[in-house]
Amino acid sequence: MTGTRAPRQGRPKNAAERTPAGVMSTVLTIGGYTWTRVRQGELGQIPALIGLLVIWTYFEAKQPTFLSARNLSNLVLQIGVTGTLAAGVVLVLLLSEIDLSVGSVSILCSAILASLLVNHSWPWYWAILLMLLAGAAVGAFQGFWFAVVGVPSFVVTLAGLLGWQGVQQFVLGSTGTINVFNPQIEAIASSTLPAAWGWALAIGGAGVYALTHIQEQVRRRRAGLPAQPLAVVVARAAAIAAIALVAVAVLNGSLNHVWVFGKSVYTNPGVPTAGVILLGLVVFFAWVTTRTRFGRYIYAVGGSAEAARRAGVNVTAVRISVFTLCALLAAVGGLIQTSRLTSASLAISPGQVTLEAIAAAVVGGTSLFGGRGSVWSALLGALVIGSVANGLDLDGQQPYVKLIVEGAILLLFVTIDALARRGRMAAGRA
Amino acid sequence: MAIDLEQGRGGAGAAPPLGDMPVLELKGVSKSFGAVQALTDVDFEVYPGEVVALVGDNGAGKSTLIKCVSGVHTADKGTILIDGKEVRIHTPSDATRLGVETVYQDLALCDNLDVVANMFLGREIAEPAGVGPLGELEMEKRSLDVLDGLHVTTIRSVRQTVASLSGGQRQSVAISRAVMWSAKIVILDEPTAALGVAQTAQVLSLVKRLREQGLGVVVITHNLHTVFEIADRIIVLRLGRRVATFRQRETTPEEVVAAIMGAQRQAA
Repeated sequence: MTGTRAPRQGRPKNAAERTPAGVMSTVLTIGGYTWTRVRQGELGQIPALIGLLVIWTYFEAKQPTFLSARNLSNLVLQIGVTGTLAAGVVLVLLLSEIDLSVGSVSILCSAILASLLVNHSWPWYWAILLMLLAGAAVGAFQGFWFAVVGVPSFVVTLAGLLGWQGVQQFVLGSTGTINVFNPQIEAIASSTLPAAWGWALAIGGAGVYALTHIQEQVRRRRAGLPAQPLAVVVARAAAIAAIALVAVAVLNGSLNHVWVFGKSVYTNPGVPTAGVILLGLVVFFAWVTTRTRFGRYIYAVGGSAEAARRAGVNVTAVRISVFTLCALLAAVGGLIQTSRLTSASLAISPGQVTLEAIAAAVVGGTSLFGGRGSVWSALLGALVIGSVANGLDLDGQQPYVKLIVEGAILLLFVTIDALARRGRMAAGRA
Repeated sequence: MAIDLEQGRGGAGAAPPLGDMPVLELKGVSKSFGAVQALTDVDFEVYPGEVVALVGDNGAGKSTLIKCVSGVHTADKGTILIDGKEVRIHTPSDATRLGVETVYQDLALCDNLDVVANMFLGREIAEPAGVGPLGELEMEKRSLDVLDGLHVTTIRSVRQTVASLSGGQRQSVAISRAVMWSAKIVILDEPTAALGVAQTAQVLSLVKRLREQGLGVVVITHNLHTVFEIADRIIVLRLGRRVATFRQRETTPEEVVAAIMGAQRQAA
């Protein structure tokens, strides 16, 4: 560009910056901004947060052990599988596609792992490596079929849902169950971090978050770009630090004598390893999707594949990679599942696992209509779905109640998504 | 050629506006699709700092001609020169590399991405080696520079999604994106179709600024008002042949319409 730089007088500064004083006005500005976005259909994670609050309040009122340290620790374990699978589903949804095969892929990889360990006596690390590779290969195969051959992803992965389940049954053999007695595999779901590590994780994570975000705003200001007021950034970082510290305190059992947390004997305190794995995956993929070229291309292809192609994006490669990653995450989910059940068996319904993962992604705020959402919605949605299942279990409800309630919640959140989309269209944003 | 009004009409006045050498020149370009002859021996030229309107009825070959330059099609015959040097354009990225940017009617923007992400789509700054974290700050600054340089001031924030922009603002983003990559020639396909009056004015003034910056601009349009508002020269295609060339200041809409319809045959 050879054009001379014109002064930037035409562009108003960030609204919050214009208001001269006070946290109060900042809060009002942010509140107003959020409300405008909500009205225009940019709901993000707000419905899921409200839902989580309602669900937790309801179950705590009904079953006072719901928010006990032990049960929350249990909940973290329960969402490990769903959350990991949902993270992969989010990636595919961002691409405006769907993957119905994640449940089957995860149980297939679980069966491969069990078979390698038990029937072929492989060391655990090679068995894990091969199961992950198998997952990635399955994903690449499905991605190829969709992106290159051109079969709709819905059909390819529906075939996968059936087909990979068949392969799983073949791998498991006539008994239908392989029990895994391997201390390393078991440790994934049964171990917890030492208390000090848990604290270090919370403090370190919150510190890194605060530092990077404050640094970013400072750099924006220095570059003469509109920046958020420092008070807002600090407040948000403080909130995240508080959540992290409370979560670790609860899981470590430090709050066992305080308020609602001290109502049960807590035998295995500490942050569950499976929860740390899930959190690590979510943080990593959230970073990839929002801060790298590859992530940008996922959103671009989901927004308009044709526009991305004309801009020089290799749409086929992006699609195959995303389906590969999704299946790889399904394999990690299968690993956690194997560890929790210490077996691979026919007992798990791949259809239900798949739909819970998709439900978690959508409930957490990723749009079924594609191109909008965040990997964090996998964690949040899995928490919502997991809390409902866990609460109903505590309440001694029959399995049919669980299915009906989960179905209703999914319908509710997809309805919110559809209405939000209509709101965006009305505001000219769709 | 049966009719070539350029010599007759233009005479000495047909001298190029800003230089002797066209930034883009096509000589004797022909293109056929099976039995259909879409272009027959077409010459075409744009000078730096000039807006050329390419007009013609449906099926006249406007789009085919443009696609031969932007790398979507390859011409069967004829040569393409950029800055006087013969070039070969086989793919859209060939065209981009040679400084030819095309803004299609559908704009090819991703609605769910913000303005900055769209302007840098496919050419993001990411250190090191394209795999590191995105250089958002740098991209945002450069986007603002380009928009400011073109006086696109109606966009409140470059961090809002393109979905929230008006039609004229989207067109402005698409055009700004085209010129920020050291383009020499910008081709605009129906830039004012489906825009309201104010939006059209906004886009047309942007096109004028492209001319001020010394770019060669080709505008395909059906809208004669647009043609007479911005074009320096008007090139008329009819049935795959170039049938007339007008200087905007020396002609009337009636004459142009007549050429488009083929009525010029009688006049000549």
